[in-house]
Amino acid sequence: MLHVSLFKRNIMNINIKDLRFAYPTGLEALKGINLAIDSGEQVAIVGQNGAGKTTLVRHFNGLLKPASGSVSIGDWDTTKYSVAKLASRVGYVFQNPDEQLFSRDVLTEVSFGPRNLGYEKTKVDELVKRALALTELSEKTGTNPYDLSPTWRKMVALASIIAMDTPIVIFDEPTTGQDAMNVARIANVIAVLKREGKTVITITHDIDFCAENFERVIALADGRVLLDGPAREVLGEEETLAQTYVEPPQLTRLGKKLGLKEIVTTQEEFIKAVVQD
Amino acid sequence: MAFVNLQNLAYKYPLTKTNALENINLQVREGEFVAVIGPNGAGKSTLCYALAGFVPHFFKGEISGEIEVDGRKSGESTLDEWVLNVGLAFQNPFNQISGAKYTVFEEIAFGLENIGVPRDEMKTRVEEAMSLTGISDLADRSPYSLSGGQQQRVALTSILVMRPRLLVLDEPTSQMDPIGTREVFGVVRRMAEEGMTVVMVEHKMEWIAHFADRVIALKEGQIFLEGTPGDVLTSDVLIENGFGISRYTSVAREAKKQGLWKKEKLPVTLDEAVEGFK
Repeated sequence: MLHVSLFKRNIMNINIKDLRFAYPTGLEALKGINLAIDSGEQVAIVGQNGAGKTTLVRHFNGLLKPASGSVSIGDWDTTKYSVAKLASRVGYVFQNPDEQLFSRDVLTEVSFGPRNLGYEKTKVDELVKRALALTELSEKTGTNPYDLSPTWRKMVALASIIAMDTPIVIFDEPTTGQDAMNVARIANVIAVLKREGKTVITITHDIDFCAENFERVIALADGRVLLDGPAREVLGEEETLAQTYVEPPQLTRLGKKLGLKEIVTTQEEFIKAVVQD
Repeated sequence: MAFVNLQNLAYKYPLTKTNALENINLQVREGEFVAVIGPNGAGKSTLCYALAGFVPHFFKGEISGEIEVDGRKSGESTLDEWVLNVGLAFQNPFNQISGAKYTVFEEIAFGLENIGVPRDEMKTRVEEAMSLTGISDLADRSPYSLSGGQQQRVALTSILVMRPRLLVLDEPTSQMDPIGTREVFGVVRRMAEEGMTVVMVEHKMEWIAHFADRVIALKEGQIFLEGTPGDVLTSDVLIENGFGISRYTSVAREAKKQGLWKKEKLPVTLDEAVEGFK
Protein backbone atom coordinates (compact mmCIF):
# COMPACT_ATOMS: atom_id res chain seq x y z
CA MET A 1 0.00 0.00 0.00
CA LEU A 2 2.90 2.32 0.69
CA HIS A 3 3.94 1.80 -2.92
CA VAL A 4 0.58 3.05 -4.17
CA SER A 5 0.41 6.09 -1.94
CA LEU A 6 3.82 7.30 -3.08
CA PHE A 7 2.44 7.82 -6.54
CA LYS A 8 -0.67 9.70 -5.54
CA ARG A 9 -0.67 12.97 -7.38
CA ASN A 10 -0.93 15.17 -4.34
CA ILE A 11 2.51 14.25 -3.12
CA MET A 12 4.45 14.75 -6.34
CA ASN A 13 5.08 18.38 -5.44
CA ILE A 14 8.34 20.10 -6.27
CA ASN A 15 9.96 21.87 -3.37
CA ILE A 16 12.97 24.09 -3.77
CA LYS A 17 14.63 25.62 -0.74
CA ASP A 18 17.44 28.20 -0.84
CA LEU A 19 18.82 26.63 -4.00
CA ARG A 20 22.20 27.90 -5.05
CA PHE A 21 24.28 26.62 -7.91
CA ALA A 22 27.58 27.64 -9.51
CA TYR A 23 29.16 26.20 -12.65
CA PRO A 24 32.77 24.97 -12.42
CA THR A 25 33.87 28.23 -14.09
CA GLY A 26 32.73 30.02 -10.94
CA LEU A 27 29.65 31.55 -12.54
CA GLU A 28 26.90 31.59 -9.93
CA ALA A 29 23.80 30.76 -11.97
CA LEU A 30 21.27 30.37 -9.14
CA LYS A 31 21.47 32.66 -6.15
CA GLY A 32 18.92 31.37 -3.66
CA ILE A 33 15.71 30.08 -5.20
CA ASN A 34 12.65 29.21 -3.14
CA LEU A 35 9.71 27.71 -4.99
CA ALA A 36 6.91 25.24 -4.44
CA ILE A 37 5.12 23.74 -7.43
CA ASP A 38 2.08 21.59 -6.76
CA SER A 39 1.10 18.47 -8.64
CA GLY A 40 -0.93 19.25 -11.73
CA GLU A 41 0.16 22.88 -12.05
CA GLN A 42 0.94 24.42 -15.46
CA VAL A 43 3.90 26.71 -14.93
CA ALA A 44 5.80 28.85 -17.41
CA ILE A 45 9.29 30.10 -16.61
CA VAL A 46 10.34 33.28 -18.39
CA GLY A 47 13.33 35.59 -18.21
CA GLN A 48 16.41 37.04 -19.84
CA ASN A 49 18.93 34.82 -21.62
CA GLY A 50 21.33 33.64 -18.96
CA ALA A 51 18.85 34.26 -16.10
CA GLY A 52 19.20 30.64 -14.96
CA LYS A 53 16.03 29.08 -16.41
CA THR A 54 17.64 25.98 -17.89
CA THR A 55 19.99 25.65 -14.91
CA LEU A 56 16.95 25.66 -12.61
CA VAL A 57 14.95 23.00 -14.43
CA ARG A 58 17.99 20.76 -14.79
CA HIS A 59 17.86 20.49 -11.01
CA PHE A 60 14.40 18.92 -11.21
CA ASN A 61 15.59 15.75 -12.93
CA GLY A 62 18.94 15.67 -11.17
CA LEU A 63 21.12 16.58 -14.16
CA LEU A 64 22.45 19.25 -11.84
CA LYS A 65 22.66 18.96 -8.06
CA PRO A 66 22.41 21.94 -5.67
CA ALA A 67 25.64 23.51 -4.40
CA SER A 68 23.56 24.39 -1.35
CA GLY A 69 19.90 24.25 -0.47
CA SER A 70 17.67 21.45 -1.63
CA VAL A 71 15.37 20.26 -4.40
CA SER A 72 12.83 17.56 -3.75
CA ILE A 73 10.47 15.81 -6.11
CA GLY A 74 7.70 14.37 -3.97
CA ASP A 75 9.50 12.66 -1.09
CA TRP A 76 12.77 12.31 -3.01
CA ASP A 77 15.67 14.65 -2.33
CA THR A 78 17.38 14.89 -5.74
CA THR A 79 20.85 14.54 -4.21
CA LYS A 80 19.94 11.05 -3.01
CA TYR A 81 18.64 9.73 -6.34
CA SER A 82 20.32 9.13 -9.68
CA VAL A 83 19.20 10.85 -12.89
CA ALA A 84 18.01 7.44 -14.09
CA LYS A 85 15.85 7.02 -11.01
CA LEU A 86 14.50 10.57 -11.16
CA ALA A 87 13.53 9.95 -14.79
CA SER A 88 10.56 7.97 -13.50
CA ARG A 89 9.18 11.14 -11.97
CA VAL A 90 10.46 13.95 -14.17
CA GLY A 91 10.57 13.96 -17.97
CA TYR A 92 12.75 16.63 -19.55
CA VAL A 93 12.55 17.68 -23.20
CA PHE A 94 15.81 19.41 -24.17
CA GLN A 95 15.88 22.80 -25.88
CA ASN A 96 17.74 21.27 -28.80
CA PRO A 97 16.25 17.92 -29.90
CA ASP A 98 19.59 16.93 -31.43
CA GLU A 99 21.05 16.67 -27.91
CA GLN A 100 18.49 14.07 -27.09
CA LEU A 101 17.80 11.80 -30.09
CA PHE A 102 19.99 8.81 -30.91
CA SER A 103 17.90 5.88 -32.21
CA ARG A 104 17.69 4.61 -35.77
CA ASP A 105 13.94 5.08 -36.06
CA VAL A 106 11.15 7.01 -34.41
CA LEU A 107 9.51 3.95 -32.84
CA THR A 108 12.72 2.79 -31.14
CA GLU A 109 13.43 6.33 -29.98
CA VAL A 110 10.01 6.80 -28.41
CA SER A 111 10.01 3.29 -26.87
CA PHE A 112 13.42 3.73 -25.25
CA GLY A 113 12.24 5.73 -22.24
CA PRO A 114 9.24 3.66 -21.13
CA ARG A 115 11.18 0.45 -21.76
CA ASN A 116 13.96 1.69 -19.48
CA LEU A 117 11.49 2.48 -16.76
CA GLY A 118 10.77 -1.25 -16.68
CA TYR A 119 7.15 -1.22 -17.78
CA GLU A 120 5.72 -4.42 -19.27
CA LYS A 121 5.68 -4.70 -23.02
CA THR A 122 1.92 -4.17 -23.36
CA LYS A 123 2.16 -1.04 -21.23
CA VAL A 124 5.14 0.22 -23.24
CA ASP A 125 3.26 -0.34 -26.49
CA GLU A 126 0.23 1.48 -25.19
CA LEU A 127 2.23 4.46 -23.92
CA VAL A 128 4.22 4.71 -27.14
CA LYS A 129 1.10 4.53 -29.28
CA ARG A 130 -0.54 7.28 -27.27
CA ALA A 131 2.53 9.54 -27.38
CA LEU A 132 2.89 9.07 -31.14
CA ALA A 133 -0.77 9.87 -31.73
CA LEU A 134 -0.61 12.97 -29.56
CA THR A 135 2.41 14.31 -31.46
CA GLU A 136 0.99 13.28 -34.86
CA LEU A 137 3.91 10.96 -35.54
CA SER A 138 1.96 7.71 -36.01
CA GLU A 139 2.75 7.69 -39.76
CA LYS A 140 6.45 8.27 -39.24
CA THR A 141 7.42 5.41 -36.89
CA GLY A 142 9.89 3.80 -39.30
CA THR A 143 11.74 7.01 -40.20
CA ASN A 144 15.20 7.84 -38.87
CA PRO A 145 14.72 10.94 -36.68
CA TYR A 146 17.59 12.67 -38.51
CA ASP A 147 15.78 12.30 -41.82
CA LEU A 148 12.96 14.39 -40.40
CA SER A 149 12.88 18.20 -40.50
CA PRO A 150 13.91 20.00 -37.28
CA THR A 151 10.20 20.61 -36.61
CA TRP A 152 9.38 16.93 -36.59
CA ARG A 153 12.56 16.08 -34.67
CA LYS A 154 11.21 18.39 -31.98
CA MET A 155 7.97 16.37 -31.97
CA VAL A 156 9.95 13.12 -31.66
CA ALA A 157 11.77 14.58 -28.66
CA LEU A 158 8.42 15.51 -27.12
CA ALA A 159 6.93 12.08 -27.84
CA SER A 160 9.89 10.22 -26.35
CA ILE A 161 9.39 12.03 -23.05
CA ILE A 162 5.58 11.92 -23.03
CA ALA A 163 5.75 8.14 -23.54
CA MET A 164 7.49 7.81 -20.17
CA ASP A 165 4.24 8.88 -18.50
CA THR A 166 6.02 10.79 -15.74
CA PRO A 167 3.93 12.87 -13.35
CA ILE A 168 6.11 15.91 -14.12
CA VAL A 169 7.05 17.01 -17.64
CA ILE A 170 9.47 19.81 -18.45
CA PHE A 171 9.71 21.52 -21.83
CA ASP A 172 12.72 23.73 -22.50
CA GLU A 173 11.66 26.30 -25.12
CA PRO A 174 9.30 23.99 -27.01
CA THR A 175 8.13 26.58 -29.56
CA THR A 176 11.56 27.81 -30.66
CA GLY A 177 11.74 27.90 -34.46
CA GLN A 178 8.31 26.29 -34.83
CA ASP A 179 5.68 27.56 -37.24
CA ALA A 180 2.13 28.50 -36.26
CA MET A 181 0.77 25.04 -36.96
CA ASN A 182 3.35 23.30 -34.83
CA VAL A 183 2.97 25.79 -32.00
CA ALA A 184 -0.74 24.84 -32.01
CA ARG A 185 0.22 21.14 -31.89
CA ILE A 186 2.49 21.78 -28.90
CA ALA A 187 -0.24 23.79 -27.16
CA ASN A 188 -2.54 20.80 -27.65
CA VAL A 189 0.03 18.41 -26.13
CA ILE A 190 0.24 20.67 -23.07
CA ALA A 191 -3.56 20.83 -22.79
CA VAL A 192 -3.83 17.03 -22.90
CA LEU A 193 -1.12 16.58 -20.25
CA LYS A 194 -2.96 19.10 -18.11
CA ARG A 195 -6.21 17.12 -18.39
CA GLU A 196 -4.31 14.02 -17.33
CA GLY A 197 -3.27 15.82 -14.15
CA LYS A 198 0.42 16.11 -15.02
CA THR A 199 2.59 18.94 -13.82
CA VAL A 200 3.87 20.81 -16.87
CA ILE A 201 6.78 23.22 -16.51
CA THR A 202 7.81 25.13 -19.61
CA ILE A 203 10.63 27.53 -20.27
CA THR A 204 9.61 29.98 -22.96
CA HIS A 205 10.43 33.32 -24.54
CA ASP A 206 7.14 33.28 -26.42
CA ILE A 207 5.14 35.42 -24.05
CA ASP A 208 1.93 35.24 -26.09
CA PHE A 209 2.13 31.45 -26.03
CA CYS A 210 2.80 31.68 -22.32
CA ALA A 211 -0.30 33.82 -21.73
CA GLU A 212 -2.52 31.46 -23.69
CA ASN A 213 -1.38 28.17 -22.16
CA PHE A 214 -0.21 28.65 -18.58
CA GLU A 215 -1.90 29.51 -15.31
CA ARG A 216 1.17 30.43 -13.36
CA VAL A 217 4.25 32.34 -14.48
CA ILE A 218 7.63 32.55 -12.78
CA ALA A 219 10.00 35.26 -14.00
CA LEU A 220 13.67 34.68 -13.22
CA ALA A 221 16.29 37.39 -13.27
CA ASP A 222 19.98 36.90 -12.65
CA GLY A 223 19.57 33.65 -10.73
CA ARG A 224 16.69 34.82 -8.56
CA VAL A 225 12.89 34.72 -8.67
CA LEU A 226 11.76 38.16 -9.78
CA LEU A 227 8.00 37.49 -9.99
CA ASP A 228 5.82 34.47 -9.31
CA GLY A 229 2.04 34.30 -9.51
CA PRO A 230 -1.03 33.89 -11.71
CA ALA A 231 -0.18 34.55 -15.37
CA ARG A 232 -2.33 37.66 -15.64
CA GLU A 233 -0.76 39.32 -12.61
CA VAL A 234 2.83 38.52 -13.54
CA LEU A 235 2.47 39.36 -17.23
CA GLY A 236 0.92 42.73 -16.43
CA GLU A 237 4.00 43.89 -14.49
CA GLU A 238 5.56 45.68 -17.43
CA GLU A 239 8.26 47.59 -15.55
CA THR A 240 9.40 44.71 -13.38
CA LEU A 241 9.44 42.29 -16.33
CA ALA A 242 11.64 44.70 -18.28
CA GLN A 243 14.37 44.11 -15.67
CA THR A 244 14.66 40.59 -17.06
CA TYR A 245 14.15 41.57 -20.70
CA VAL A 246 10.59 40.31 -20.90
CA GLU A 247 7.68 42.26 -22.33
CA PRO A 248 4.00 41.67 -21.56
CA PRO A 249 2.01 39.80 -24.24
CA GLN A 250 0.98 41.80 -27.31
CA LEU A 251 -2.65 42.06 -26.23
CA THR A 252 -1.68 43.06 -22.68
CA ARG A 253 0.36 45.92 -24.10
CA LEU A 254 -2.51 46.86 -26.40
CA GLY A 255 -5.06 46.78 -23.58
CA LYS A 256 -2.86 48.97 -21.45
CA LYS A 257 -2.35 51.54 -24.23
CA LEU A 258 -6.10 51.65 -24.78
CA GLY A 259 -6.62 52.24 -21.08
CA LEU A 260 -8.73 49.12 -20.49
CA LYS A 261 -9.62 48.77 -16.83
CA GLU A 262 -8.49 45.18 -16.46
CA ILE A 263 -5.27 43.47 -17.49
CA VAL A 264 -6.01 41.26 -20.48
CA THR A 265 -3.70 38.55 -21.81
CA THR A 266 -5.73 36.61 -24.37
CA GLN A 267 -7.93 37.39 -27.37
CA GLU A 268 -11.14 36.39 -25.54
CA GLU A 269 -10.32 38.60 -22.58
CA PHE A 270 -9.44 41.48 -24.86
CA ILE A 271 -12.66 41.34 -26.90
CA LYS A 272 -14.72 41.03 -23.73
CA ALA A 273 -13.00 44.03 -22.19
CA VAL A 274 -13.45 46.13 -25.34
CA VAL A 275 -17.17 45.29 -25.45
CA GLN A 276 -17.59 46.29 -21.80
CA ASP A 277 -15.62 49.49 -22.20
CA MET B 1 20.82 46.76 -60.91
CA ALA B 2 19.67 44.78 -57.94
CA PHE B 3 22.33 43.84 -55.39
CA VAL B 4 20.88 40.37 -55.00
CA ASN B 5 19.38 38.77 -58.03
CA LEU B 6 17.85 35.30 -58.09
CA GLN B 7 16.61 34.19 -61.51
CA ASN B 8 14.44 31.10 -61.98
CA LEU B 9 16.25 29.41 -59.14
CA ALA B 10 15.38 25.75 -58.58
CA TYR B 11 17.25 23.40 -56.27
CA LYS B 12 17.02 19.80 -55.16
CA TYR B 13 19.09 18.29 -52.32
CA PRO B 14 20.96 15.06 -53.10
CA LEU B 15 18.90 11.89 -52.61
CA THR B 16 15.58 13.75 -52.41
CA LYS B 17 12.68 13.53 -54.82
CA THR B 18 11.22 17.03 -54.79
CA ASN B 19 12.71 20.47 -55.28
CA ALA B 20 13.40 22.36 -52.06
CA LEU B 21 13.24 25.60 -54.06
CA GLU B 22 11.37 26.17 -57.26
CA ASN B 23 10.97 29.07 -59.63
CA ILE B 24 12.47 31.63 -57.26
CA ASN B 25 12.76 35.10 -58.73
CA LEU B 26 13.91 37.68 -56.24
CA GLN B 27 15.65 41.02 -56.50
CA VAL B 28 16.91 42.85 -53.43
CA ARG B 29 18.40 46.31 -53.60
CA GLU B 30 21.49 47.33 -51.67
CA GLY B 31 20.63 48.32 -48.10
CA GLU B 32 17.21 46.71 -48.21
CA PHE B 33 15.97 44.65 -45.25
CA VAL B 34 13.91 41.72 -46.50
CA ALA B 35 12.16 39.33 -44.10
CA VAL B 36 11.35 35.79 -45.19
CA ILE B 37 8.45 34.01 -43.54
CA GLY B 38 6.80 30.65 -44.10
CA PRO B 39 5.81 27.39 -42.44
CA ASN B 40 8.43 24.80 -41.50
CA GLY B 41 9.64 22.99 -44.60
CA ALA B 42 8.80 25.89 -46.93
CA GLY B 43 12.42 26.27 -48.04
CA LYS B 44 13.45 29.24 -45.88
CA SER B 45 16.75 27.77 -44.70
CA THR B 46 17.51 26.44 -48.18
CA LEU B 47 17.04 29.96 -49.55
CA CYS B 48 19.53 31.19 -46.92
CA TYR B 49 21.99 28.48 -47.94
CA ALA B 50 21.59 29.41 -51.60
CA LEU B 51 22.35 33.08 -50.87
CA ALA B 52 25.32 32.14 -48.71
CA GLY B 53 26.78 29.78 -51.31
CA PHE B 54 26.30 26.58 -49.25
CA VAL B 55 23.78 25.56 -51.87
CA PRO B 56 25.12 24.14 -54.08
CA HIS B 57 28.85 24.43 -53.18
CA PHE B 58 28.63 22.55 -49.88
CA PHE B 59 25.38 20.58 -50.11
CA LYS B 60 25.83 19.61 -53.78
CA GLY B 61 22.50 18.52 -55.32
CA GLU B 62 20.88 19.78 -58.53
CA ILE B 63 20.60 23.47 -59.20
CA SER B 64 19.30 25.55 -62.08
CA GLY B 65 18.84 29.27 -62.59
CA GLU B 66 21.09 32.07 -61.35
CA ILE B 67 22.27 33.33 -57.96
CA GLU B 68 23.91 36.71 -58.30
CA VAL B 69 25.20 38.98 -55.53
CA ASP B 70 26.85 42.30 -56.34
CA GLY B 71 27.13 41.31 -59.99
CA ARG B 72 28.96 38.06 -59.26
CA LYS B 73 27.50 34.66 -59.99
CA SER B 74 27.61 32.00 -57.28
CA GLY B 75 28.14 29.30 -59.89
CA GLU B 76 31.34 30.99 -61.05
CA SER B 77 32.77 31.55 -57.56
CA THR B 78 34.26 29.28 -54.94
CA LEU B 79 32.75 29.16 -51.46
CA ASP B 80 35.77 30.87 -49.85
CA GLU B 81 35.50 33.79 -52.27
CA TRP B 82 31.76 33.97 -51.79
CA VAL B 83 31.79 34.17 -47.97
CA LEU B 84 33.88 37.35 -48.05
CA ASN B 85 30.77 39.11 -49.34
CA VAL B 86 27.98 37.13 -47.75
CA GLY B 87 27.63 36.19 -44.07
CA LEU B 88 25.18 33.61 -42.79
CA ALA B 89 24.09 33.11 -39.19
CA PHE B 90 22.75 29.58 -38.85
CA GLN B 91 19.37 28.74 -37.40
CA ASN B 92 21.02 26.70 -34.67
CA PRO B 93 23.93 28.56 -33.04
CA PHE B 94 25.25 25.27 -31.67
CA ASN B 95 26.12 24.38 -35.28
CA GLN B 96 28.08 27.54 -35.78
CA ILE B 97 30.33 27.88 -32.74
CA SER B 98 33.74 26.75 -33.99
CA GLY B 99 34.69 24.53 -31.06
CA ALA B 100 38.26 25.73 -31.59
CA LYS B 101 38.18 28.72 -29.25
CA TYR B 102 38.14 29.06 -25.49
CA THR B 103 36.55 32.48 -25.17
CA VAL B 104 33.75 34.43 -26.81
CA PHE B 105 36.26 37.12 -27.79
CA GLU B 106 38.43 34.62 -29.67
CA GLU B 107 35.37 32.99 -31.23
CA ILE B 108 34.27 36.30 -32.70
CA ALA B 109 37.82 37.03 -33.90
CA PHE B 110 38.04 33.63 -35.62
CA GLY B 111 36.71 34.77 -39.01
CA LEU B 112 38.94 37.86 -39.03
CA GLU B 113 41.98 35.70 -38.22
CA ASN B 114 41.18 33.52 -41.17
CA ILE B 115 41.21 36.40 -43.61
CA GLY B 116 44.39 37.85 -42.13
CA VAL B 117 43.11 41.06 -40.52
CA PRO B 118 45.95 42.78 -38.55
CA ARG B 119 45.87 42.19 -34.82
CA ASP B 120 45.08 45.76 -33.71
CA GLU B 121 42.28 46.17 -36.21
CA MET B 122 40.93 42.76 -35.24
CA LYS B 123 40.76 43.75 -31.58
CA THR B 124 38.94 47.00 -32.36
CA ARG B 125 36.46 45.32 -34.69
CA VAL B 126 35.66 42.53 -32.23
CA GLU B 127 35.11 45.03 -29.43
CA GLU B 128 32.87 47.20 -31.61
CA ALA B 129 30.81 44.25 -32.78
CA MET B 130 30.37 42.93 -29.22
CA SER B 131 29.23 46.30 -27.99
CA LEU B 132 26.79 46.58 -30.90
CA THR B 133 25.06 43.32 -29.96
CA GLY B 134 25.38 43.90 -26.22
CA ILE B 135 27.64 41.00 -25.32
CA SER B 136 30.79 42.83 -24.16
CA ASP B 137 30.35 41.30 -20.70
CA LEU B 138 30.57 37.79 -22.17
CA ALA B 139 34.02 38.36 -23.76
CA ASP B 140 35.94 36.03 -21.44
CA ARG B 141 33.31 33.28 -21.14
CA SER B 142 33.58 29.98 -22.97
CA PRO B 143 31.16 29.89 -25.92
CA TYR B 144 29.89 26.57 -24.59
CA SER B 145 29.09 27.90 -21.12
CA LEU B 146 26.49 30.28 -22.53
CA SER B 147 22.72 29.98 -22.59
CA GLY B 148 20.99 29.36 -25.93
CA GLY B 149 20.12 33.00 -26.47
CA GLN B 150 23.60 34.20 -25.51
CA GLN B 151 25.15 31.71 -27.95
CA GLN B 152 22.84 33.04 -30.60
CA ARG B 153 24.10 36.58 -29.99
CA VAL B 154 27.68 35.34 -30.23
CA ALA B 155 26.91 33.59 -33.52
CA LEU B 156 25.33 36.77 -34.91
CA THR B 157 28.25 38.91 -33.71
CA SER B 158 30.79 36.58 -35.31
CA ILE B 159 29.09 37.26 -38.64
CA LEU B 160 28.57 41.01 -38.15
CA VAL B 161 32.25 41.48 -37.31
CA MET B 162 33.09 40.29 -40.85
CA ARG B 163 31.09 43.24 -42.26
CA PRO B 164 29.54 41.26 -45.09
CA ARG B 165 27.85 43.18 -47.91
CA LEU B 166 24.93 40.73 -47.68
CA LEU B 167 23.82 39.55 -44.26
CA VAL B 168 21.73 36.37 -44.23
CA LEU B 169 20.08 35.47 -40.93
CA ASP B 170 18.18 32.25 -40.32
CA GLU B 171 15.91 32.85 -37.34
CA PRO B 172 18.58 34.78 -35.45
CA THR B 173 16.33 35.52 -32.44
CA SER B 174 14.63 32.15 -32.01
CA GLN B 175 16.17 31.56 -28.58
CA MET B 176 16.35 35.15 -27.44
CA ASP B 177 14.42 36.86 -24.69
CA PRO B 178 11.70 39.25 -25.88
CA ILE B 179 13.44 42.59 -25.36
CA GLY B 180 16.71 41.11 -26.67
CA THR B 181 14.82 40.07 -29.77
CA ARG B 182 13.63 43.60 -30.41
CA GLU B 183 17.15 44.92 -29.86
CA VAL B 184 18.60 42.52 -32.41
CA PHE B 185 15.99 43.57 -34.95
CA GLY B 186 17.05 47.15 -34.20
CA VAL B 187 20.73 46.34 -34.75
CA VAL B 188 19.91 44.66 -38.05
CA ARG B 189 17.84 47.65 -39.14
CA ARG B 190 20.81 49.91 -38.34
CA MET B 191 23.10 47.71 -40.43
CA ALA B 192 20.66 48.08 -43.32
CA GLU B 193 20.59 51.87 -42.88
CA GLU B 194 24.37 51.79 -43.16
CA GLY B 195 24.11 49.99 -46.49
CA MET B 196 24.28 46.32 -45.56
CA THR B 197 21.73 44.25 -47.45
CA VAL B 198 19.77 41.93 -45.18
CA VAL B 199 17.73 38.80 -45.76
CA MET B 200 16.30 37.50 -42.49
CA VAL B 201 14.13 34.46 -41.86
CA GLU B 202 11.85 35.10 -38.88
CA HIS B 203 8.52 34.15 -37.33
CA LYS B 204 8.05 37.27 -35.19
CA MET B 205 5.54 39.27 -37.16
CA GLU B 206 5.35 42.26 -34.85
CA TRP B 207 9.04 43.04 -35.25
CA ILE B 208 9.12 42.20 -38.95
CA ALA B 209 6.38 44.78 -39.41
CA HIS B 210 8.36 47.32 -37.40
CA PHE B 211 11.75 46.88 -38.95
CA ALA B 212 11.69 45.18 -42.38
CA ASP B 213 11.18 46.90 -45.73
CA ARG B 214 9.63 43.95 -47.49
CA VAL B 215 8.28 40.50 -46.71
CA ILE B 216 8.64 37.37 -48.82
CA ALA B 217 6.29 34.52 -47.88
CA LEU B 218 7.53 31.10 -48.95
CA LYS B 219 5.43 28.00 -49.26
CA GLU B 220 6.50 24.62 -50.60
CA GLY B 221 9.69 26.02 -52.05
CA GLN B 222 8.05 28.87 -53.94
CA ILE B 223 7.42 32.54 -53.37
CA PHE B 224 3.81 32.64 -52.33
CA LEU B 225 3.32 36.31 -51.49
CA GLU B 226 5.54 39.35 -51.56
CA GLY B 227 5.07 42.98 -50.57
CA THR B 228 5.23 45.48 -47.74
CA PRO B 229 4.88 44.04 -44.22
CA GLY B 230 1.55 45.84 -43.78
CA ASP B 231 0.05 44.19 -46.86
CA VAL B 232 1.55 40.71 -46.64
CA LEU B 233 1.17 40.13 -42.91
CA THR B 234 -2.54 41.00 -42.85
CA SER B 235 -3.56 39.14 -45.98
CA ASP B 236 -6.38 36.64 -45.65
CA VAL B 237 -4.71 34.19 -47.98
CA LEU B 238 -1.71 34.08 -45.62
CA ILE B 239 -3.90 33.17 -42.67
CA GLU B 240 -5.83 30.57 -44.65
CA ASN B 241 -2.57 28.88 -45.57
CA GLY B 242 -1.36 28.26 -42.04
CA PHE B 243 1.08 31.16 -41.68
CA GLY B 244 1.33 32.73 -38.25
CA ILE B 245 0.05 36.27 -37.75
CA SER B 246 0.55 38.79 -34.97
CA ARG B 247 -1.97 38.84 -32.11
CA TYR B 248 -2.88 42.37 -33.16
CA THR B 249 -3.93 41.14 -36.59
CA SER B 250 -5.68 38.14 -35.16
CA VAL B 251 -7.66 40.05 -32.54
CA ALA B 252 -8.66 42.78 -35.01
CA ARG B 253 -9.84 40.13 -37.44
CA GLU B 254 -12.09 38.68 -34.74
CA ALA B 255 -13.21 42.14 -33.64
CA LYS B 256 -14.09 43.03 -37.23
CA LYS B 257 -16.54 40.12 -37.36
CA GLN B 258 -18.24 41.59 -34.29
CA GLY B 259 -18.19 45.12 -35.65
CA LEU B 260 -15.59 46.28 -33.11
CA TRP B 261 -12.88 46.99 -35.70
CA LYS B 262 -14.08 49.67 -38.10
CA LYS B 263 -11.06 50.12 -40.36
CA GLU B 264 -10.66 48.38 -43.69
CA LYS B 265 -7.03 47.48 -43.07
CA LEU B 266 -6.00 45.12 -40.25
CA PRO B 267 -3.12 46.10 -37.93
CA VAL B 268 0.25 44.33 -37.56
CA THR B 269 1.90 46.59 -35.00
CA LEU B 270 0.90 47.89 -31.60
CA ASP B 271 0.54 51.47 -32.86
CA GLU B 272 -1.73 50.43 -35.72
CA ALA B 273 -3.86 48.39 -33.31
CA VAL B 274 -4.12 51.28 -30.83
CA GLU B 275 -5.10 53.63 -33.66
CA GLY B 276 -7.86 51.33 -34.87
CA PHE B 277 -9.34 50.40 -31.50
CA LYS B 278 -9.31 53.94 -30.07
